[in-house]
Amino acid sequence: MQLLLILVLPFLGALFTPLVGRAAGRVGCTLAATAAPAASLILLLRHAAQVRSGEVIVVSWSWVPGFGLDLALRLDGLSFLFALLVLAIGLLVLIYSHGYLGERDPLGRFLGLMLGFMGGMLGIVLAENLLLLVLFWEITSLSSFLLIGFHHREAAARRAALMALTVTGAGGLALLGGVLLLGGAAGGFAVTEVLGAQGRIATDPLRVPMLLLIVLAAFTKSAQLPLHFWLPNAMIAPTPVSAYLHSAAMVKAGVYLLARLWPALSGLELWMPVIGGFGLATMIGAAYLALRQSDIKALLAYSTISHLGMMVMLLGLGTPYAAVVALFHILNHALFKAALFMLGGAVEHATGTRDLERLGGLWRLMPATSAAALLATAAMAGVPPLNGYISKEMMLQAALEPSMHGAAATLTLQLVTLGALLSAGYAFAFAWRAFLAPGPATPHEPHEPRLPLSLPAYVLAAACLAIGLFPGALAGPLVDAAVGAVVTGAPPHYELALWHGLNPPFLLGLGALAGGVVVATVRARLASVPARLPRAEHAFDRLYDGLVVGVGALFGRLHDRSLQRYLAILLVAIVLAGVLASPGTAAGSAVQPVTWLAVVGWAILVAAAAGTVWMHERRLVAVVLISVVGLLVVLTYAHLSAPDLALTQIAVEIVTTVLLLLAIRLLPPPEARPRPRLARRLRDGALALGAGAGAGVLAFAAMTRPREAIVARDVLAEATELHGRNLVHLVLVDFRAFDTLGEIGVLMIAALGVFALIQGFLRWLGDQRPLRRMVQPERARDQHPLLFVIAARLLLPLALLVAAFLFLRGAAHPGGGFVAGLVVAMAVLIQYMAHGVEWTERRILIGYRNSVAVGVLVAVLTGIGSIVRGDPFMTHKSTAMHWPVFGELELSTVLLFDFGVFLTVAGATLLALVNIGRIETRAPRVG
Amino acid sequence: MEALVASAIGILIAGAVYLLLYGRAYEFMLALLLLARAANLFVFSMGGIVLGSLPILGEPEGRYPDPLPQAFVLTAIVINFGITTFVIALAVRACLQLGTDRIEAFDDRSDPR
Repeated sequence: MQLLLILVLPFLGALFTPLVGRAAGRVGCTLAATAAPAASLILLLRHAAQVRSGEVIVVSWSWVPGFGLDLALRLDGLSFLFALLVLAIGLLVLIYSHGYLGERDPLGRFLGLMLGFMGGMLGIVLAENLLLLVLFWEITSLSSFLLIGFHHREAAARRAALMALTVTGAGGLALLGGVLLLGGAAGGFAVTEVLGAQGRIATDPLRVPMLLLIVLAAFTKSAQLPLHFWLPNAMIAPTPVSAYLHSAAMVKAGVYLLARLWPALSGLELWMPVIGGFGLATMIGAAYLALRQSDIKALLAYSTISHLGMMVMLLGLGTPYAAVVALFHILNHALFKAALFMLGGAVEHATGTRDLERLGGLWRLMPATSAAALLATAAMAGVPPLNGYISKEMMLQAALEPSMHGAAATLTLQLVTLGALLSAGYAFAFAWRAFLAPGPATPHEPHEPRLPLSLPAYVLAAACLAIGLFPGALAGPLVDAAVGAVVTGAPPHYELALWHGLNPPFLLGLGALAGGVVVATVRARLASVPARLPRAEHAFDRLYDGLVVGVGALFGRLHDRSLQRYLAILLVAIVLAGVLASPGTAAGSAVQPVTWLAVVGWAILVAAAAGTVWMHERRLVAVVLISVVGLLVVLTYAHLSAPDLALTQIAVEIVTTVLLLLAIRLLPPPEARPRPRLARRLRDGALALGAGAGAGVLAFAAMTRPREAIVARDVLAEATELHGRNLVHLVLVDFRAFDTLGEIGVLMIAALGVFALIQGFLRWLGDQRPLRRMVQPERARDQHPLLFVIAARLLLPLALLVAAFLFLRGAAHPGGGFVAGLVVAMAVLIQYMAHGVEWTERRILIGYRNSVAVGVLVAVLTGIGSIVRGDPFMTHKSTAMHWPVFGELELSTVLLFDFGVFLTVAGATLLALVNIGRIETRAPRVG
Repeated sequence: MEALVASAIGILIAGAVYLLLYGRAYEFMLALLLLARAANLFVFSMGGIVLGSLPILGEPEGRYPDPLPQAFVLTAIVINFGITTFVIALAVRACLQLGTDRIEAFDDRSDPR
């Protein structure tokens, strides 16, 4: 339970910090933001003893068992190491952000996003279920997108954010694929299961794509060559983001993934060549690229890539000792790199630039900052007695005892030494150019930064020194526990110590440092060869643009903006479906006999439909004819044992007819035009007949195919339980209540859409003066005939009574919330027609939008109520009661749900119609 | 009986298609109404044709009509109604604002290119 709290607290903080920020000012906001990770950190540290003793804490709740997704968390040595880094450095970075962000920047939003990211990162390192890990992986990608694009008004920031999202998002997809394959191979998605299934994974036929997908995911997140390019671009983010995401947290997610799966996957034959190879290439390549940089943050970004390459390479070597070094270096790198990013930001704050060409001599101007920065840089270079030195010496030791033999082993050792040499080189060059060498005057007069901007970095730099001096005492337990979680067999012999004796790694390390000094002195010449390098981001841009253009071209071909063309495609599909279905018609089930009544009805229906098409240009006649079609459909439903449908359809018919009449009045007269050419009409006619024939054949085939009634036994069982007898109503409110909920949602959205459309139009109308002649002249002399007014007033209470009756009898007889809602809507609508909009509006006390909102709310709450009782969503409860007059009646949550439906239907119908009607009253009358 | 219902569906669809292809706002509304009814009848008929019964428990006739397609169609009728309302509002606004009832013209004028 405490594990869950550790994870949830940052997310809670993310929700509340922006709110606090608005109310409590900057300091209050930062305090609120730091509270969550501080509490999480304390909770985490309370588990330290357990984790140290090698215990693995696992808590699990079932979430979506069908997918194998559990809300399962795990705390072991590896998770502990990462969670500690995420929380502790996160806490320092939050404080740093307070100093870094300007007064006008939205601090609350920024800290909220950082906390959201922190939660995602914690989720990754604490997930026991690999699918859960994927989920949190995506959360970090998204929040990193938002953070990199924090200054979203700048095009460059948006571009960098999109680039990072595209690359890491693609990696997320790869991870999902890889995890699915891995789960399939291991027989489950729990980390415990996967780690225990080396044997099955090693013989799984899909192990190669599985490994490649997982490696791809890790490489995108941890910026391995050639997928590294998003990281230097992401340096456009505010510096706290770089100090956190791009040193200690997000970019380590890939390393974490490889370390987490190391016991299960490191035995695969591709592991060492792929991971070791790319890691080594990244370590050397990025170190060289770092030498070429003049921008502090870009230099640090390439340095990060290089160090990530080193960790990946160490994990890729596949030996337990190398894995130990990787784990130790994760800790060390996070400390010195976060410090360097923070100090870089402080330098930029103080001097107004972070361009090394314009900086120099900061040693005199900002002594405290410079001291901390030099300490962290020395750690980065691997200078004794700092933490970076120890992990570098151990790295060389790991390269001296690789798992391979012969030339490959020699080459690996040489390349690793070269990487160490280059790392020292760019670090020395950085220290020299920024702090030691004299330089030009900076844009601002430099000064020591304020405490929030400097203190976090001092803490981290001090930690670098402390771990360097007392590695065994300070980092030992942490690393031991992490090693225990990663290396399943007997742990390798290792000792975290400053002095291992005069041995080959020590000498190689000294050589690398000396070489680094040489590299730093000839940096300018080294950096200019070759003058231009191929840049991966250009390839990315081309690929991205190409995809956008390509997809645009494809869709341009498919959707050439001709409505008729789309229709033709659909129609051909209908015809084809009819043709394909026609063979099935013979093997029919029993056919119902034709009744005379049906034939007469059919004839009227056909005549009315044909008449509608024939006389569509005479609009009023068309309305009458199409109403006849509608009424015939109503009668069809009634004749074919569907009374509920008939009731609903006739209510809809009436409202629709009113709507059409309104539309006729508002539509401009048909634009004068020549009638379409005969050829075109013939083509349309042929298409129409083809589609009609296809649909008819398809319907006939479907109706006569042998089938069992879909009347599920479930429905009948529910019916007896709820004492309902009207099966259709029961399906709507209980069996498929979720559909109904969706449906009233659609109705709500449609009505609000009409509202927005018309309101926008009325605003537009207001700007258009002089107005065109828009509405046809009045025809009726008497707008509100007396007889109609009186009848309407009498009708209202009667209609409301009918609605109540229909509503209440829904459970046992045809009726229910839909019909009742439509009846009420009609009754009110008649008042509008009889009395006009203004008279009626003054007497309507409930806003239609409120009615819709309350209706949907009631329906949803009824559904949620069943969850509170412990049943699935939308389970109804009922008791039978005897009511006066009505007789036996259900008093059940069904009724409540149906009431929500009723309110929504009535409100939405009125909202839409009254708004359309409003156009006319606001529109000018001519004549 | 099945043939009657199927042919009625076919005829409604044919009328709707012709009016859709006509490319005018008012005809489009009519087409939508015809199409909605045809589609509803189509879905309804998937449950088979049952005469002289009711989907209500305890009715004397032994054979109930299938309530599931009926419930679907009931939902569909209401959704259709919502969509129809929206389309009519949209068409009215477009016609008034653009001064034409040619559907193709709606697109030309709103296109920034």
